[in-house]
Amino acid sequence: MSATGASIGTRASWLLVTPLIVVLVFAFFWPIANLLSRSFFNPDFSLDKYETLWSQQLYWRVFGRSIWISVACCVICLVVGYPVAYAMARLTGWRGLVVAACVLVPLWTSVLVRSYSWIFLLQRNGVVNSVLQDLGFIGRPLQMLYTEGAVLVAMTHVLLPFMILPIFSTLRGIPPELSLAARNLGAGRAMTFWKVTLPLSLPGVSTGVLFVFILALGFYITPAMVGGPKTLMIGTVIAQQVTELLDWRFAGALSTVLLVLTLLVAVVFQRALAVERLSGHAS
Amino acid sequence: MSQGTVRGAAVTISGVSRRYGSVTAVNDVSLDVRAGEFISLLGPSGSGKTTLLMMIAGFEIPDDGTIAIGGRDMTRVDPNHRNLGMVFQKYALFPHMSVAENIAFPLQMRKVGKADIAARVADALAKVQLAGYGGRQITQLSGGQQQRVALARATVFNPPVILMDEPLGALDKKLREHMQIEIKQLQRQLGATVIYVTHDQQEALTMSDRVAVMNHGVIEQLSAPRDLYDEPQSIFVADFVGDTNLLTGTVHAVENGIVALDLPGGERVFGRPAGRTREAIAPGGSAVLSIRPEKVRPGAGPGSIAVRGGELIYAGSDISIVGQTRDGRPFKFRAGPADAAGDATVSWTAGDALVFAASGDMPGAGR
Repeated sequence: MSATGASIGTRASWLLVTPLIVVLVFAFFWPIANLLSRSFFNPDFSLDKYETLWSQQLYWRVFGRSIWISVACCVICLVVGYPVAYAMARLTGWRGLVVAACVLVPLWTSVLVRSYSWIFLLQRNGVVNSVLQDLGFIGRPLQMLYTEGAVLVAMTHVLLPFMILPIFSTLRGIPPELSLAARNLGAGRAMTFWKVTLPLSLPGVSTGVLFVFILALGFYITPAMVGGPKTLMIGTVIAQQVTELLDWRFAGALSTVLLVLTLLVAVVFQRALAVERLSGHAS
Repeated sequence: MSQGTVRGAAVTISGVSRRYGSVTAVNDVSLDVRAGEFISLLGPSGSGKTTLLMMIAGFEIPDDGTIAIGGRDMTRVDPNHRNLGMVFQKYALFPHMSVAENIAFPLQMRKVGKADIAARVADALAKVQLAGYGGRQITQLSGGQQQRVALARATVFNPPVILMDEPLGALDKKLREHMQIEIKQLQRQLGATVIYVTHDQQEALTMSDRVAVMNHGVIEQLSAPRDLYDEPQSIFVADFVGDTNLLTGTVHAVENGIVALDLPGGERVFGRPAGRTREAIAPGGSAVLSIRPEKVRPGAGPGSIAVRGGELIYAGSDISIVGQTRDGRPFKFRAGPADAAGDATVSWTAGDALVFAASGDMPGAGR
């Protein structure tokens, strides 16, 4: 290997990423560090905001609800999304395009629009209630908007593509002759899926789960719109602190906890996967 | 262990066709493969050989006809219930499993006991010279080693029939020739029937008991390798199997089993009538003469032709001269030590040249 060639290459690649680094530092790392660090100073070092957070049950409940909704959202996205990804990977020609369009068009539509459409569907005199009433299933309109169920349904809808696309991509990368080989060696369709297709698609599943979970944990617009005050999630609470109460320091404290939580989940998830891979190889 | 006691099964293909829209990939093919036989399906790409193999494996269902294996009709049986070994072109090893797990897979599917699996996997690895490699990952193996694992996986459950789809296509020449011998030895040990798809005629001639040459979805000829080379039944087979020179001309006369053919350049050459349509060779008709390069000798004689602008082609073990006939067709012949490039006069024994009635199917015409 030529040393000069390598060093020029390194220098050139630094040059290429410099604009991105500059933007990130000024527009992302610096404000975030600023926000997070504020929570520790009053103006001297102090953990008073964390004490408030710790001592009030409300915030515990908000974090708990955020985690449970994110987990539920993840599970629903996986259960609904895997078959769709599988179909997308298998279908060819116009059928595949139709399914792909069904997944991608919502992704290109604004989250705001999609959340409003859920309000339109779920509100007291909305589409779902009127249809159910007209059919005689219910006498009075049901309370659907501003419930956890509404948040879950709307968030699943918004986040589903982030589950489908990575799984689709790994499924597409599996050589088709592997399934043929499994069938030839005596495995039925279900066994072929269980022993070959599913294990080989796990990297996509883990990417999708991590995407959806982390996005869901900090989700703001949708829970704020269809959730209402009884189903507060952490993102909504942070926004309230900044925009309504102007308490930047408490917003910083909440953000710090959210960030730590997210990193923790990511690390634990990666570890769990690595362990699973190791044990898979050892047997 | 029960290895070595299993005998191959006969494969009977009767009137099988497979169409994709308006394209007929396999057209009314019948083929009797005898138990324990090594048979090759040889043909250019698009000749239908792979489609035929896929129908035997159960991945494609014929539109017409039946396929029986060991006397049992398998035409519509699922691939996992056919009990066939198969080696794929790109190996198709499971990347998330170790070498041993790959080889154990067919045994697990057959509910073989754990201790028995371990013993049979070790045995199969030893048979392909990979003893001790069981714990390796697939990605840690070279192409040749992966091919051996694929062979072990396809044979560990003693299938009576093994299908191979261009299994050596991705290997370099030296390794390919080595693996040809290994596959042949393994087949003899197991006694299994092998159906081997290849587009490499040398491979087919070396390994097979019989070769089925396929073209345009039909079997052009089914013969032992020697007959295929010495007695091709069509211009296509003569051209596709081995090297040959094709000379097109008009039949002058057919006498005492010898055809005299007038070439467009004014020369008259001689050969014996050959092929399924030899009855159609008659004076005035057009015909094609096929003469192998190694049967051509320098010097004038009856039926000699001029070859102009010859160039030496050095290929290590032999040297050829490629020039042009008077009417501009390429002509190749084996060069002796004294031969030099340039113009030459060559001839051959009439019995060594085969004359086919010209048909619409003219290989070489477009080259």
